[in-house]
Amino acid sequence: MSDTTTPEARPEAARPSGSLLRRALDRPNVLGPLLAAPATLILLILLAYPLGLGLWLSLTNTVLGGTPSFVGLANYAQLFHDPTYLAAAGYSVLYTVCSEGLKLTFGLGLALLLNRQFKGYRAARAIMLLPWVAPTVLSALAWNWLLDPQFSALSWLLIKLGLIHSNIDFLGQPWPARISLIIVNMWRGVPYFAMGYLAGLTAIPQSLIEAAQIDGAGPWTIFRRITWPLLLPVTTILLSFSTIWTVTDFQLIWTMTRGGPLDSTQVFTTLAYQRAINGGALGQGAAIAISVIPIMLILAIVALRSTREGK
Amino acid sequence: MDRRAGWRLWLPLGLMLLFLLLPFYWMVLTSLKDRTELLNTPNPWWVFHPSINSFVDLLTQTQYPRWFLNTLYVSVGATALSIVVSYCAAFAIVRLKFKGARALSTAIFFSYVVPPAILFIPLAEVLVKLGWFNHLWALIPIYATFLVPFCTWLLIGFLRSIPRELEEAALVDGASWPRIMIKVILPLSVPGLISATIFSFTLSWNEYLYALIYMFSSDNKTITVGLTTELMRGDVFQWGQLMAGSLLGTLPVVLVYFFFVEYYVAGMSGALKD
Repeated sequence: MSDTTTPEARPEAARPSGSLLRRALDRPNVLGPLLAAPATLILLILLAYPLGLGLWLSLTNTVLGGTPSFVGLANYAQLFHDPTYLAAAGYSVLYTVCSEGLKLTFGLGLALLLNRQFKGYRAARAIMLLPWVAPTVLSALAWNWLLDPQFSALSWLLIKLGLIHSNIDFLGQPWPARISLIIVNMWRGVPYFAMGYLAGLTAIPQSLIEAAQIDGAGPWTIFRRITWPLLLPVTTILLSFSTIWTVTDFQLIWTMTRGGPLDSTQVFTTLAYQRAINGGALGQGAAIAISVIPIMLILAIVALRSTREGK
Repeated sequence: MDRRAGWRLWLPLGLMLLFLLLPFYWMVLTSLKDRTELLNTPNPWWVFHPSINSFVDLLTQTQYPRWFLNTLYVSVGATALSIVVSYCAAFAIVRLKFKGARALSTAIFFSYVVPPAILFIPLAEVLVKLGWFNHLWALIPIYATFLVPFCTWLLIGFLRSIPRELEEAALVDGASWPRIMIKVILPLSVPGLISATIFSFTLSWNEYLYALIYMFSSDNKTITVGLTTELMRGDVFQWGQLMAGSLLGTLPVVLVYFFFVEYYVAGMSGALKD
């Protein structure tokens, strides 16, 4: 973007005359900060300050209703020896990596399918986005009932098809629960990737593809040599944002398993909630939440860089 | 399109859409089943004796109508607050380019990626100190903490696409900056504002964590919190009512979405770009 003129550059004579206040409000260096003040204030009081306070809390042994004292890094040291925390960190990573991989694959597949002119394109696209638009907690409830240990309609269907003999306890056993959550997370996130990729695909000039076709390239070669490399910037953006949301996902897991059975689907956020809100150990809960920040910071920097490059 | 190509498109696409729509079908189906059919049916994938009992019970025997209105109140309030505040901030950052504008835009980006899951514990302390705990209106400024970064970011992208010549012409004509902001740029920003509005409304409507922790009395709950805390007690979950409530709670955002699908898509890709 080329900015040859700055907001200050205009003939002095053209400035509106009037009261001092009026003239002050017309100066970008006065009006600008004034307009930005409400947003800045909200974010300072309700976001930046709590973030700092969280950092402080994580260095104390604060419990609900008790007098806190400074304990240094003791909370963090404890986490390193806490099997539940380590397991939660492990599942957070597994949950994120698996569901991101699935979302990317199916999202890209869906985008490739939708990226052609056909009747019903608009309807298909509109329907596709529904999982992403609908309140996660409410659709997770529907999944909950769909995966019920006793009345699961999915188990019923699988039994009728002769694939299994008795009901699967989807959410009551560690591994089935872990896998079910990953699938539901994928279900929710596929539309986001599909939308992003669809936007990326429409930006690829058709002439490139046609030139390759004339040279005799098949669809797979075109995808590998042209489409995919051109989609890489979009992929970085989609992956970094989606990973940020998935690593800190709470709604879906809390609604479906509350971290159970036996802590097998515990992730950073649900464990922090349990320790701090249910257990009252605010200091330790804060330490668990803060321990995610390094990951977030890296992802945020990647995301920021990739959005700025796409300019 | 020849027949084979048609199959190649519609078979995978159909399966995918079926999977994506499955929980919604299940919601509708379950909400129309009465208690006996929920537990005993020859085929769970169909409803043989549709009844609206679940809806009637939900609306008359639970606080659901109250939760619905609470959600509406908070969502509209948080959206209105965030849009006004964000438009001002985005205008200042993009058009006025005051000292520190760039630093502010980076700070806003970073606050956009700070998730509620990291903030909820210390924020609880802040709310206790402010005396905001368990006050429904408090959710409005609280939701602004994630709406303002998002909307400002989206509007920054949108405002950048409006040509500078417009305001330069107005400046030469002697218009003041506040006038330009309201009379020149605001009308041109309407599509961006619509995108930001529907996103904000949807995000507030769907919020869970903050409302779950900070609103504990039944009168102050939102739909997502009310359903998961009051209808999922003990061993007996009221699935008919739960699904009826989920369906009614999903409809508003879906309706808004279908009306503004193009803005939604534009906003989604707009939010990806700086």
